Amino acid sequence: MSLLNVKNLSVILATNDGPARAVRDLSFSLNKGETLGIVGESGCGKSMAALALMGLLPELSETRGEILLDEENLLDKTEAEMCRIRGNRLAMVFQEPMTSLNPVHTVGNQIMEPLQLHLGLSESAAREEALHLMDRVGIPNPEARIDNYPHQLSGGQRQRVMIAIALSCKPDVLIADEPTTALDVTIQDQILELIQNLVQEDGMALILISHDLGVISENTDNILVMYGGAAVEKGGTEQIFNELVHPYTQGLFAAMPKLGRARTMRLVTIPGTVPDLINLPAGCTFTDRCPIATDICRNTPPPLEEIEPRHAVACHHLQEARSRKTEELFS
Amino acid sequence: MSDTRSLSFLSRCRRSRSFMVGGIMTAFLLVCAAISLFWTPGSAYDITIANRFLPPSADHWLGTDRFGRDIASMLMTGTQNSIVVAVVAVSIGLSMGVSLGLLAAARRGWTEEIIMRLSDFSFAFPAILSAIMLTAIFGPGGVNSILAIGLYNIPVFARLTRGSANAIWAREFVMAARASGKGRLRITFEHILPNILSIIIVQATILFAIAILAEAALSYLGLGTQPPEPSWGRMLNEAQTLMFLDPMQAVYPGLAIATAVFGLNLLGDGLRDILDPRLSRKR
Repeated sequence: MSLLNVKNLSVILATNDGPARAVRDLSFSLNKGETLGIVGESGCGKSMAALALMGLLPELSETRGEILLDEENLLDKTEAEMCRIRGNRLAMVFQEPMTSLNPVHTVGNQIMEPLQLHLGLSESAAREEALHLMDRVGIPNPEARIDNYPHQLSGGQRQRVMIAIALSCKPDVLIADEPTTALDVTIQDQILELIQNLVQEDGMALILISHDLGVISENTDNILVMYGGAAVEKGGTEQIFNELVHPYTQGLFAAMPKLGRARTMRLVTIPGTVPDLINLPAGCTFTDRCPIATDICRNTPPPLEEIEPRHAVACHHLQEARSRKTEELFS
Repeated sequence: MSDTRSLSFLSRCRRSRSFMVGGIMTAFLLVCAAISLFWTPGSAYDITIANRFLPPSADHWLGTDRFGRDIASMLMTGTQNSIVVAVVAVSIGLSMGVSLGLLAAARRGWTEEIIMRLSDFSFAFPAILSAIMLTAIFGPGGVNSILAIGLYNIPVFARLTRGSANAIWAREFVMAARASGKGRLRITFEHILPNILSIIIVQATILFAIAILAEAALSYLGLGTQPPEPSWGRMLNEAQTLMFLDPMQAVYPGLAIATAVFGLNLLGDGLRDILDPRLSRKR
């Protein structure tokens, strides 16, 4: 029995142009202490999936499937019940630390709030705990910082505060939605390491969302590659980095800048753009950008098939995809 | 820390010319009203026909009206009346309007739609017309004019609050607050209201001026404060027939109204610059 079990999760957003299928049939499970990385480019449904887990999707949207946290389906919960779960058992760190803190409250107050709300701590106990948390997330001199307003802290420190808020009630699952994208490269590693350490210390499960394969490869046990709202490849991090199978995963990998590559060489790109979520193609959503697509791809959606234990790929042309070298695919 | 904050707030106040001028004008009116509670140079109520139309003198600073009442005293006592009407009317509009606006922004959907369409509906009637309608139904008088002006203020605040609250609801820190398990009510009071407070304060100052003007207008029409209570609007009305005989009778209350409205508008403008430095930089 796993801690978090997501089955056939679908998210449909109502837009002016019709329903957009932001997430389609997403399934994964997560055990205590495990880290899952979700990778994909902008608009592939990563953040929507995260918001669906938290029950924070925009009002005009529909969520289908099951999200089982300790065998309880979160989609059946009322808003009041979800309020008790959010921040308490499921917590989230957002991408943008600059705007994710309320400018009119001190950071101390913002860290204390969930403690008072969920754990029922008194004002003074919450303040003690907030100081302790600030120390844990590596904010120097917490006593001086606790009464600061967000604008008095740097971006890295604000993200540390966000992490302190998210971890304050020792959640079972922490969702980090591109936690380092808005930060300086020098800070990125520190923050990721911090999240990693804290998650391990408390034995939490972590969902790390990123478009950066480097970030994902170093910090996760399992990977889920999303494209056009659906999983195209999933498996253990080592399995996937040993053999990138899906043409899209290969493309993502090839598009990463690499040290030591000749300066005159252009960065590899995946041609085309992400599919329109309102008018999704009938078959594989990657067809238009895929170098090995054929007619069957256009008409029939490929099933997610296991190619080795725990490593599954959704592609009609597994043989060809596996026989190709990443570099020759998109050059 | 808090010292440097309040210091910079004060220095910003001092640097804003409109805030200082408006503040002084408003303070002058408040002082006049406060003094008139204990002392006035003459009597604002005593009718002595023998003393009518006296020119300004040591006894009667601004002269007397056609009933021999001291104009300076009537103006001072009238200030009380204007301030009370404006405070109560703005409070009614503020409390009801802000609550409705916050509710609309927090609930969205039908609640928002109904509240906002009702606001639009009441906006469709000119304020003075609806005030006349109310006083026609419930009879003229101070309390009814306060209610009429207060009711007019509700949709103004409701719209402003809803609009600015919606903008705050869309901010990331609200999403972060929701992710930490806060309900809509908590978010409204902890995150939305503090962030729109300065906008509401500025609007309240400006509506304060408009309420004084509206009260004067209603009294001028005979629908507001009833005799013998002195009121700027009614003084204007009474002076109207004497325009060519003694024009100063109209000038004094007119000046008082102008001072109040101008001072409060300046104060509101200055407050906006001080509370929201981003706006002032754009100019």
